Parts: sequence; structure tokens; C-alpha cells
Amino acid sequence: MFANFDFDVIRRSLSYLLIDGMGFTLLLTGLATLLAGILGTILAVIRLSPVPVLPRLIIGYVEFVRSLPLVLLIFWFYFLVPYIGQWLTGAERPIAVGAFSSALITFTLVEAVYFSEIMRAGIQSISRGQLAAARAVGLGYMQSMRYVVLPQAFRNMVPLLLTQTIVLFQDTSLVYVVSITDFLGAAGKVAQRDGRLVEMYLFAAVVYFIMCFAASMLVRHLQRRNEFAR
Amino acid sequence: MNYHWNWQIFWELSPEGTGTYLDMLLSGLWWTILTSLAAWAVGLVVGSVVGIARTLPIRPLQWLAGAYVELFRNIPLLVQLFLWYFVLPELLPHGLGLWMKQMPNAAFYSAVAGVGFFTSSRVAEQVRAGIGALPRGQSMAGKALGLTVAQTYRYVLLPMAYRIILPPLTSEFLNTIKNTSVALTIGLLELTARARAMQEFSFQVFESFTAATIMYMVINMVVVIAMRTLERRVSLTGR
Repeated sequence: MFANFDFDVIRRSLSYLLIDGMGFTLLLTGLATLLAGILGTILAVIRLSPVPVLPRLIIGYVEFVRSLPLVLLIFWFYFLVPYIGQWLTGAERPIAVGAFSSALITFTLVEAVYFSEIMRAGIQSISRGQLAAARAVGLGYMQSMRYVVLPQAFRNMVPLLLTQTIVLFQDTSLVYVVSITDFLGAAGKVAQRDGRLVEMYLFAAVVYFIMCFAASMLVRHLQRRNEFAR
Repeated sequence: MNYHWNWQIFWELSPEGTGTYLDMLLSGLWWTILTSLAAWAVGLVVGSVVGIARTLPIRPLQWLAGAYVELFRNIPLLVQLFLWYFVLPELLPHGLGLWMKQMPNAAFYSAVAGVGFFTSSRVAEQVRAGIGALPRGQSMAGKALGLTVAQTYRYVLLPMAYRIILPPLTSEFLNTIKNTSVALTIGLLELTARARAMQEFSFQVFESFTAATIMYMVINMVVVIAMRTLERRVSLTGR
């Protein structure tokens, strides 16, 4: 079955695939997780706070993003970010945004929605008495969140946050649609150049599988350990 | 913003010569709906079988179903679509592979298989969770009544389990619709692909994406309302 295949192509292009390709994918995943986690937490706190108007705006944004395919959102931001940049900086023409920044902005703004939903569930899982107690000892709303509610919410939600990171890691492969060279993009380029589609795509699948499977095992392990800690 | 808005663009003829730009987007919408429904059918049927297999008291079957879920869940959908579309025909015997490649609408069938099996692994997890959420006494009661395992599932466990997982299944169906857009990478002319093509032909980026956005939101709303109606219709009172 594999008689006509040339698996040596993988060895020949390994450094390009793993360093250029996987390097981009991991950097994008890591930074986007960090930024989206922070933004998502802020969105969740504001959404549950007693301030007027803002929670409604956030609900609107969350529902809007969740009803659209990621591919369409990637296109939206890819074309929109240069115009927003122009508007923010007051430049003459739409500013040029690099492939990496464009992808990072997209994934941060989109994944923040999913992280905010997780953090919202986390905050709501902390009993109301905690917040009441924090307020009673004289902390303000933001202080109670910062020092009492969020640390516990965050710890309870670690498995879900990590699972969402694995999803994000898989989703970064979609930057393919705007011709960015992530891991899959690199594999695709080698595949086209050498006419080795079968070998490269199988290799990509195996690498993604091993990484995601190992990560999800780790999450499951953490989850089990967390159960005892509570 | 020095962007030239032109909302009349939808009534202009597209360079493909098959109608206006609006017609182009609507044909994309049609393919999105068709692909979603077909992929959902695959995902629901296969996912149910695998999910049930994970709850049966047969060890090798449980392990096999578990491996199936891990396999389809841990590879990005885009890569899975490439495997179905580019790789599978090469691995099959020559004649069969050639037939697959020359099949009309090959991208559609690959998309249905790719999105369908990807969805099935997630449906399987929901089905398993739904059956797991039922009290153990339910299956024992089935057994005590003299029902076979198949009958216990058919008449006792599954009717309750599916009612429990109806809300998460709704969001899985919404995900399926959204996931069909990934198939634009293998040449399926669904809604996002058509919006992208319209943008390339007419340079009206924001009009075409706005139209596609509205269409996705409408589909979303229709599905949510339909599923809520279904939930109310099948709900059992006094549980």
C-alpha cells in the first residue's frame, strides 16, 4: 500500500516543519491563550458586575462571535484589522499588519469569548457567601474578585481552560485559509513542492494527534488530582 | 475610513455568468445547509453507535469506541478533511481511488465524511454522558423486567438519555453548521467560500462578509428556535 511513497521527505524537511512551522503554531497558541485568557476573564467579570450597559454589550459580542464560523471570523479580522489600525492611528491608508499579528489579534478576540464563558461558569461556581464575606470585611467589588473569587474560580476551571487551549491549538491550523505558514501550512508547502501530499498530510495528522492526545491525558490527570484537592 | 461602500453590489451580475452576487451567496447558503444536514446525520448515527458502545459491558468494545473518540477528537478538522480528500483516494486500490477522485461533487462527499466523523466523536461523548447520567437502577429495572440488553437501551435508557442531552446536541449541531465552512479548503462552494469569491471578484470585502454573517446568524436563530420547540414537545412532565 505504501510502496510508492517516500517517507524520506519528512526527514529532509523536518527542521522547516518543526522549527518554522510548529514554532509558529506553538507561539501563536501560547500568546493567544495568554491574551485571550486575560481578556476573557475581564469580560466575564464585567458581565457579572452590577455596572449598567456594558454586560449587555458583552453578551451581544459573545453571541455574535459564537454564531459565526471561525473561518469567516479569520477572514473578517484579516481584512478589518488594517482599517481599524488606520482608524486608531489616524494614518492615510489602511496600515499593513503582519501575518503573525493579524492571526494573534483574531485568535485573541475570538477565543476570549470562549474563555469568558468558562470563567463565567467558574465565578458562578463560587458560592455567593464568599463574595458577601469579602464585601463584609471591607473589600470593594473589584478587590473581592481579585483576591477572593477569581483565584478559586481559576483553580476550579484549570482543566476546562486547558481543554480549550487544546481546541485553540487545533484551530490555529485554520490560518491556512489566509496562507499563513503554521505547522500545517509548512507541511502543505512541502507537499506541493515535492508532490508528496499523502506523506505530508499523514505526518501532520500523526504529529497533531500525538500532541493533542498527550495534552488531553495530562488534563485528565490534573482533573483527577484536583478532585482530591477540593 | 476611505472604503467605498456599495450595497447595490448584490444586484450586480457576478462574472461567473450564473446570476447576481446575491444568487451566488444563496447558492453557497444552500450548500452549507445541505452539507450540514448530511454531516449531522452521519455524526448523529455514528456518534450514537459509538457512544452506546462505550457504555456496554463489553471491555474490548468499550476500548475500541474510546480509541475511536480519541482518534477523531485529537486531529484538527482541517487535517481530517485533507485526509479524506487528498490522502484516502491514494491509499485505496488504484481503480477505486481514481473513481473517488473523478466523482462529481467529490468535495461535498469528503466534507460530509470529514465533518460527519469529526462530529460523531463529540456526539459519542454526549451520548455516553447522557446514559451515564441515568441512575443505575434504570438498567437494573429493565433487566428485572426480563428485557434484553437491546430492549433495555431501546425502551428504557435511550429515550431518557436523548432527552437529557438535547441542549448539548443543539450546540453540537450549531458547531456542525459552522464547521462546514472549513470545507472551503477542499473546494466546497459553501457560504464562506462564496462570500470570499464575491470579495475577490468585486473588491467589496465588507458587504460580502456582512451578508454571509447575517445568513449564518439567521441559520443559527432558526436552529435554536426549532430545537427549543422540539425540547418542549418531547419533554416529560413530572420528572
